[in-house]
Amino acid sequence: MHELSIASSIVKTVLEEVKNRNLKTVTLVSMRIGALTDVVPDSLQFGFEAITKDTILAKTDLHIETISVKGCCNNCQHNFEVFEFVFICPNCESNDIKMSHGNELEIAYIEAED
Amino acid sequence: MPDKIAIEKKVLSENDLLAQELRTKFQENKVFVFNLVSSPGSGKTSLLEKTLGLLQDKLNIALVVGDVQTENDADRLIQAGGKLVRPIVTGGSCHLDANMIHKSIQQFNLNEIDLFVIENVGNLVCPSSYDLGEDMKIVLISTTEGDDKPLKYPGMFRKSSVMVVNKTDLLGFSDFELHKVKENARQINGQLEIFELSCRTGEGLDTWIDWLLEQVILKKKEI
Ligand SMILES: Nc1nc2c(ncn2[C@@H]2O[C@H](COP(=O)(O)OP(=O)(O)OP(=O)(O)O)[C@@H](O)[C@H]2O)c(=O)[nH]1
Ligand SMILES: [Mg+2]
Ligand SMILES: [Zn+2]
Repeated sequence: MHELSIASSIVKTVLEEVKNRNLKTVTLVSMRIGALTDVVPDSLQFGFEAITKDTILAKTDLHIETISVKGCCNNCQHNFEVFEFVFICPNCESNDIKMSHGNELEIAYIEAED
Repeated sequence: MPDKIAIEKKVLSENDLLAQELRTKFQENKVFVFNLVSSPGSGKTSLLEKTLGLLQDKLNIALVVGDVQTENDADRLIQAGGKLVRPIVTGGSCHLDANMIHKSIQQFNLNEIDLFVIENVGNLVCPSSYDLGEDMKIVLISTTEGDDKPLKYPGMFRKSSVMVVNKTDLLGFSDFELHKVKENARQINGQLEIFELSCRTGEGLDTWIDWLLEQVILKKKEI
């Protein structure tokens, strides 16, 4: 639901890079989005296209890499992938789990021509 | 060939930064802050009305209340005796952000406040991404919703420290089962503190109030 405001933050950051680095065009923006962020990739794509229309980013592709949820057990230090959001250690069954991945909402890199 | 340029920047870094600033400010003033989230109509305002009624004489409580369109909830809290109540009308936005809180605290003297409550916009999705500088998120769920809510909105249940199950007076009028909602929530977040209560009958409110008072006192003792 707030994908539009996320899209506009992305655009803002990218335009700053364009200005600071004197870039001519940005061909790609690559994002990392954690599976627990509730951000819907399709909606983000849609929002990005909608707000970049008629701007210098109109032809820029948005690439979204979904990061799966990973946890680290506070009891036995076991690292594991969290399936179906079950935060229970497969090694010792503890439910005291620190999340190590899945909350990402970041711009990884852009591809640009100067 | 286009050049690849590493950016490595969080999309909400501005919000996170401001939230951190807020957290420091709350910390300096030893104010306990919680961010109350739920689906629309689960009973956030009702719980705050009851809380005001029971803690008003003991604590200085400030409340900021997010609503998409009206100031009704803020009016209800003033009716319930709230002296420091500020509405935030988001005008369409589905969540509060740190900037809105930042603006609203200008009107308060944090030094004189013991408990700072944020009622977020009724929504279990968007508010989970926005840090408001709170000590903890508290998620409310009512027995008229499905007991599988935690599974449908894992992000929010994972990020919350407490779950309040409200409307226990209505248990039995639907398929909602208390043990199931707890099981589902604990599977996502084994460390969740859970309260069961009814804002209508008052059942279970005492346990909630005791816990809340304890948090405020613990905060005061922090250095
Ligand atoms: N039966 C029953 N009804 C309740 C209880 N708590 C709240 N309600 C009713 O539920 C409705 C919604 O309560 P609110 O407190 O306005 O809910 P809210 O979460 O603040 O709603 P929004 O701010 O619009 O998202 C009201 O009609 C309340 O009277 C309860 O414990 N039992
Ligand atoms: Mg309300
Ligand atoms: Zn373990």
